[in-house]
Amino acid sequence: MNTWSLAWRNLLRNRRRSLTTLLAMVIGLVAILIFGGYRSNIAYGTQTGFVQQTGHLQVQRKGYYLDGGDNPTAYGIAGYEALLAHIRQDPVLAPMLVMATPTLQLGGIAGNFSAGVSRSVMATGLIPEDRNRMLEWNEYGVISYAQPLPLVGAPGDAVLVGMGVARKLKLCALLDTSDCVSGGAPKAAEGAGVPDDIAALSSLEGSARAPSAENRIEMLAATARGAPNVASLNVIKASNMGIKALDDVYMAMHLAQAQRLIYGAATPQVTAILIQLQHTAQIPAARQRLLALLAESGQTGLEVLDFETLNPTYRQTNEFMDSMFGFIALLIGVIVLFTIGNTMSTAVVERTAEIGTLRAMGLRRSGIRRLFLCEALQLGLIGAAIGVLSALAVAYAINHSGWSWTPPGYAYAYLILVRVGEDLPLLAGSVTGIIGVTLLSAWWPARRAARSMIVDALRHA
Amino acid sequence: MHPVSLYNVGKVYRLGAVEVPALSDITLDIRRGVFTVISGPSGSGKTTLLNLIGCIDTPDQGEIRVAGQTVQAMPDDALSDFRAHHIGFIFQSFNLIPVLTAYENIEYPLRLAKVGAAERRQRVEALLEAVGLESRRNNLPAQLSGGQRQRVAIARALATAPGLVLADEPTANLDSQTGAEIIALMRRMQREQDVSFVFSSHDPQVHAEADDVVFIRDGRIVGLERQRNGQTDVQGGRS
Ligand SMILES: Nc1ncnc2c1ncn2[C@@H]1O[C@H](COP(=O)(O)OP(=O)(O)OP(=O)(O)O)[C@@H](O)[C@H]1O
Ligand SMILES: [Mg+2]
Repeated sequence: MNTWSLAWRNLLRNRRRSLTTLLAMVIGLVAILIFGGYRSNIAYGTQTGFVQQTGHLQVQRKGYYLDGGDNPTAYGIAGYEALLAHIRQDPVLAPMLVMATPTLQLGGIAGNFSAGVSRSVMATGLIPEDRNRMLEWNEYGVISYAQPLPLVGAPGDAVLVGMGVARKLKLCALLDTSDCVSGGAPKAAEGAGVPDDIAALSSLEGSARAPSAENRIEMLAATARGAPNVASLNVIKASNMGIKALDDVYMAMHLAQAQRLIYGAATPQVTAILIQLQHTAQIPAARQRLLALLAESGQTGLEVLDFETLNPTYRQTNEFMDSMFGFIALLIGVIVLFTIGNTMSTAVVERTAEIGTLRAMGLRRSGIRRLFLCEALQLGLIGAAIGVLSALAVAYAINHSGWSWTPPGYAYAYLILVRVGEDLPLLAGSVTGIIGVTLLSAWWPARRAARSMIVDALRHA
Repeated sequence: MHPVSLYNVGKVYRLGAVEVPALSDITLDIRRGVFTVISGPSGSGKTTLLNLIGCIDTPDQGEIRVAGQTVQAMPDDALSDFRAHHIGFIFQSFNLIPVLTAYENIEYPLRLAKVGAAERRQRVEALLEAVGLESRRNNLPAQLSGGQRQRVAIARALATAPGLVLADEPTANLDSQTGAEIIALMRRMQREQDVSFVFSSHDPQVHAEADDVVFIRDGRIVGLERQRNGQTDVQGGRS
């Protein structure tokens, strides 16, 4: 009868108490794992979104990220094509690369003169084929909400805008809402005294009848030399950008169109080179190599920024989720600590006479301590095993339930998913944590049992 | 050499500021291979004396030698090992380990003394047979009667073949019929195994079986009867 099986029989002897304690551990562990899996899904989801949109690394002119937002054209990268070729052909970088693609950011005023409206927009000049390839990046197998850009194969003057932009510019044909009022309609509504919804309906019909392929707007921008320049553009699609602040200013166009607008006949430049890698873990190596390449090619005015720097919300979201996770884990840890501590203390008190007997027969203090720690360890192991299995089952149920929610500031709903089975650090950490807590909470009762005076313990019989 | 020698032993319990002298000036040799009974009224110090002899309590003064070793100053682990090898205990309320079967309860001290598996089995089988419980080997204590439990406890106390077995009122929780059987069994085992038994009891049945009787009252020895039951020659030669 070794300590291990003696402990096991004692657990079985108090089946009800052992089960209650196990239940507390299992519930605690499931809560930690499910929340951890939720956190992990958000972290991987946001990372995937950012990497799909902005790449892992960007080469930019120094200062552009911090100060260049209002005046991107002052931070152009001259000779970007040579640099791009250099990057794509580099024997070290090439195997890591999914994509290296140029982009030009510009600000301007978009106007729908037939409706008499205009608003300022932030436009991105890009190569749609490259961007669509980047949207396929999905290292963690998350559900991707990315829609390929419909600019591929579209004419040179085709642009995409956010829903907010389309609404402001009264491009009603592009909106599937009935509250859009295109140019001239307000007057009609006023004059006829027709109820608003009918006016809206009729205006919707009117715009539907109009050639919907032509949603022409004008874009006014300052050239690199400061002169005003105008381009006539055709909005081919308005999409919901998710975040409203972005939705209200977003515009995407062909890189060539953007460059014509900013540089005219002069040598075109870009504001950034986007680099997407096979794996996020390659960032340090790729960055190091990029810096070496920049130095080699004499591009001293450039810097390399990673997606975490470019998207501060990524780190903020993670830190927020981590702190919530830490708080929940701490809370549950304390509850489990006291539950098991209480169970073990009760066991020690109940078995005082037995402790005295074992000691009288010659079991050392350490033997008593080991006996109770062994019981706690067995509880911990079983609790961890059942907890992990239950969490996996709950995770499966959640992932197949189709629950969704709309994050604050987002315009559409996300499926609620938890990544428990895929998150090995989370599993390993929680299991070690719960077993650690179990041993810790049994430590004091076990110590008390070991230290009790034999004659006092025997008097308990 | 006596299995137990006490010299000038005293024990005081402190309850706050009040001191309760439980034992004073106890000087006593327990003879080898005999049945010694410690007799005295309730509260006279019988249990206290047995605890000191059993090395599970320490005296406030005096010296205690068990199996030739001075024990009162031994460190706890050494004392635990010492008990595991040299002393067997029988308790008034049996104190079997409730989750272990009769067999396993008898085996437990052998495991503590790190006896090999084959020898353990042989020893436990022999003891089960000696106390007449072969058919109950797989029963848990809760499935045994009081008398049967005490038989298991006697077998357990003798498992490691200790030189000394201590029993504090082993028949107090049994009816007189069963008590008599238990005493007869202990007497038989004591002779067969050639160990020294020390009991405390107010039970006249126990006194009748004893070789030596130590009378104590208010923590002091007030009388000593030796070599009864015709054991004079044998025991005298040995001690
Ligand atoms: N833990 C203790 N704290 C204080 N006093 C104690 C303690 N244990 C025993 N005593 C006192 O020591 C004295 C001797 O007690 P002990 O238990 O040895 O007597 P006993 O002869 O075994 O009695 P009984 O026949 O009732 O079992 C008693 O006066 C008792 O009250
Ligand atoms: Mg007593």
